[in-house]
Amino acid sequence: MKVDQGLVELSDQLILGSLPVYTLAMLAFAVELAFRRTAAKAAVPAGAAVSGGAGASEGASAPGGVAVADADPESAAAAPRRAVNWGAFGVAFTVLGWAAHLGSIITRGAAADRWPWGNMYEFVVAICFAAVTAYLAFLVRHPVRHLGVFVMVPTILGLGIALRYLYVQAGPVVPALKSYWIAIHVSAAIIASGMFILAGVIGILQLMRWRYDGRTGAGKPVGFTAITRTLDLDQLERIAHRAIVFAFPIWTFAVIAGALWADRAWGRYWGWDPKETWSFITWIAYAAYLHSRATAGWKGRRSTIIQLVACACLLFNLVGVNVFISGLHSYADL
Amino acid sequence: MITWLRWAWRLLTSMRTALILLFLVALGSVPGSVLPQRGLTPEDVTKFYEENPGLAPWLDRFSMFDVFGAPWFAAIYLLLFVSLAGCVLPRAAQHYRAMRGRPPAAPRNLSRLPHTASVPGGTLALAEAELRRRRFRVNTGDGWVAAEKGYLRETGNLVFHLALLALLFAVGSGALFGYRGNVLVVEGDGFANTVAAYDKFSPGRFVDTESLKPFSFRLGDFTATYSTEPQRRGQPLDFSGKLSVREGGGQKTHDLRVNEPLEAGGAQVYLLGNGYAPTFRVTDGKGQVAFDGAVPFLPAEKGGFTSEGVIKVPDAQPAQLGFVGLFLPTTVTVGDSATSAFPAALNPTVRLFGFKGDLGLRSGAPQSVYQLNSDKMQMIKLPETRLAVGQSLTLPDGLGTVTFTGVKEWISLQITYDPGRFPALVSAALAVLGLVPALTVRRRRIWVRQTADGIDVGGLTRSEGGGGIEEEFESIVSSLRRSGEQESRELVKE
Ligand code: HEM
Repeated sequence: MKVDQGLVELSDQLILGSLPVYTLAMLAFAVELAFRRTAAKAAVPAGAAVSGGAGASEGASAPGGVAVADADPESAAAAPRRAVNWGAFGVAFTVLGWAAHLGSIITRGAAADRWPWGNMYEFVVAICFAAVTAYLAFLVRHPVRHLGVFVMVPTILGLGIALRYLYVQAGPVVPALKSYWIAIHVSAAIIASGMFILAGVIGILQLMRWRYDGRTGAGKPVGFTAITRTLDLDQLERIAHRAIVFAFPIWTFAVIAGALWADRAWGRYWGWDPKETWSFITWIAYAAYLHSRATAGWKGRRSTIIQLVACACLLFNLVGVNVFISGLHSYADL
Repeated sequence: MITWLRWAWRLLTSMRTALILLFLVALGSVPGSVLPQRGLTPEDVTKFYEENPGLAPWLDRFSMFDVFGAPWFAAIYLLLFVSLAGCVLPRAAQHYRAMRGRPPAAPRNLSRLPHTASVPGGTLALAEAELRRRRFRVNTGDGWVAAEKGYLRETGNLVFHLALLALLFAVGSGALFGYRGNVLVVEGDGFANTVAAYDKFSPGRFVDTESLKPFSFRLGDFTATYSTEPQRRGQPLDFSGKLSVREGGGQKTHDLRVNEPLEAGGAQVYLLGNGYAPTFRVTDGKGQVAFDGAVPFLPAEKGGFTSEGVIKVPDAQPAQLGFVGLFLPTTVTVGDSATSAFPAALNPTVRLFGFKGDLGLRSGAPQSVYQLNSDKMQMIKLPETRLAVGQSLTLPDGLGTVTFTGVKEWISLQITYDPGRFPALVSAALAVLGLVPALTVRRRRIWVRQTADGIDVGGLTRSEGGGGIEEEFESIVSSLRRSGEQESRELVKE
């Protein structure tokens, strides 16, 4: 089977093209966030503990989850000369970058005539894609536009690392990966990972926000955590929870599909291969998060920390296991 | 004593204990993924022992090189099993009763509920009809209607946890009643399913090793194809072994590939690895053929599949002979040194190093077929030539000749029999099916009370996930308003 060199180049150019577009999106989102910040400053008396302050207006924009754009009443009121809708630019660039990203994945698969997740490079590119897709999907129904910058930063980092350190030529896969299970198992793992990572990013924002609140309350300098001052904690918590609730069954399915594949490929459905072990650990950690929210006194900060531990397990499985531990998962050769 | 037992049982079957045990399973499996494990990579365990002579025995004392077979791991597993059973089974019974029971009566004061509304002109009968239309389970009483929906959440939850229980059970029984073995087969050779035929055999505790289900097969041609594209030269593309299988009087052929195992005798036969088995004929000093056959060589390097192996000729006269061979599938010579440039056997040659003396086989101590014990042997001086297929080497001192007669390939197979496999699959599928409603459906209650000028409606949800119930509550209230208005209009008309 020949690899179509033209398509390979197209795929590479599309992914290289998506990077600057995502960067523009990130900048636009950042400007939007900065405006919100000054707006919020005007709205909230200086020095007040703002745990609910800026959030209240945010919550008002989403009665019952009706599809609304991220209306920003306070900045409209406080910044009369608001000429540029930076957030809308951010979304537009994100969609554009997303389309190029998608095109790159499709052309790479078409070039080698196989599912385009046959090695670490392709896997990381696909997970970044899943995370951006998850963000865009949330955008349709939830007022999360201003979180764009926090999605773009890890996406750009992920793509950059993939291109710089993981890149391999498109080509055929080793025989172990020639199976329709790759479509099922790996796709599910990618979708779930994208959602989990999105939830992880939000979890970090929550922690920063709590710290910010704590510091303003104690009159200490807030430093970097100030970027979260206009975020709504309840909303963050809700989105993170929803992303995890969505991803968890998919992850469960991915692990089971992996077991089915392992049964076909390696002669046992479960063998505590490091990758299997860590996906199991990740699964348990997310299960613990879901349980912790049902346990009195754990909702909020503690459950967020569990969520982040789970996300760390997930990332360790994606990266650490490939780098530090060798197992049967053949795509792990960097 | 009884109270103590009851206390222990309650402690064991609480959700928190189950969670802690689940956490312990996760925590316990970490060393299993970080340290080398005997079951997966025994060579690495040996290496670890050599590198950490002080630490290794201590780790071994805690079964750290066999975590998933360790007594403490089994203990966590069993406790988890009991805890889960003790937690879930009563809950299932309770849920069954709840499903058959009726929603509880409306509280006296609906305005304390998180969702409330008044519908002037509304009636209880209309509310009941509306809630029934929305497939709530409805209970009525004096001046009130109570409705509940979302039982699927608890049902899904129970299915999920029961499925986990079944999964633990299936995995455990598979380990007790199943077996696994490895065998290496050279092209043209066969295998019959008896314990003696395996190179390595690990049965579960309750396996009757005398009566494995009989089947046998012979390996015909094995083909490996490799990429010839410049960037990925030598990357394997496909493996395929032609098996002719005999089972229960029938005969069939099977094309064994990486993702296509053979199913025979209730067991699965998987292709794990492959390699070269060069064939040699050794004629000894007395002119007799002392050896004629294939010798499996182990790959020493991936890119060019350079392989190493050992030929032992215990029947050679006047002295026993042994050879260490270096096999190059595609030989390329650059200056003095030869390497293999490609994994396929395009230009196979072998270089031999000879020994004579005592192979040490008579002592009875087991010996690896891949290693030559040269303690009691003497090196024979051989010319530094590489033999191509068909070429021979005459040994000095009238010890005989060696001929490189050809190249065969071998495959290594894993054969597993796991009776828990199918039940495990079914339980895993049920677990996912149960998980979705358990996470996305909300259990919610709606109460309606008659008031002086109409009805009050109140709503409550205790579970989270899925959409909020605000939307649904709003929609119920607005349709009640609408039907209330309609009703009053009709009344007016009459
Ligand atoms: C943590 C979750 C997991 C992730 C993210 C993951 C990811 C992957 C990826 C990316 C591949 C390779 C396909 C490719 O290169 O594109 C793969 C292959 C495979 N996975 Fe997983 N996997 C996970 C868990 C599991 C589990 C739990 C099992 C089995 C019990 C499993 C069994 C397999 C098998 C059999 C293959 C194909 C064979 C091979 O790579 O040589 N995986 N997995």
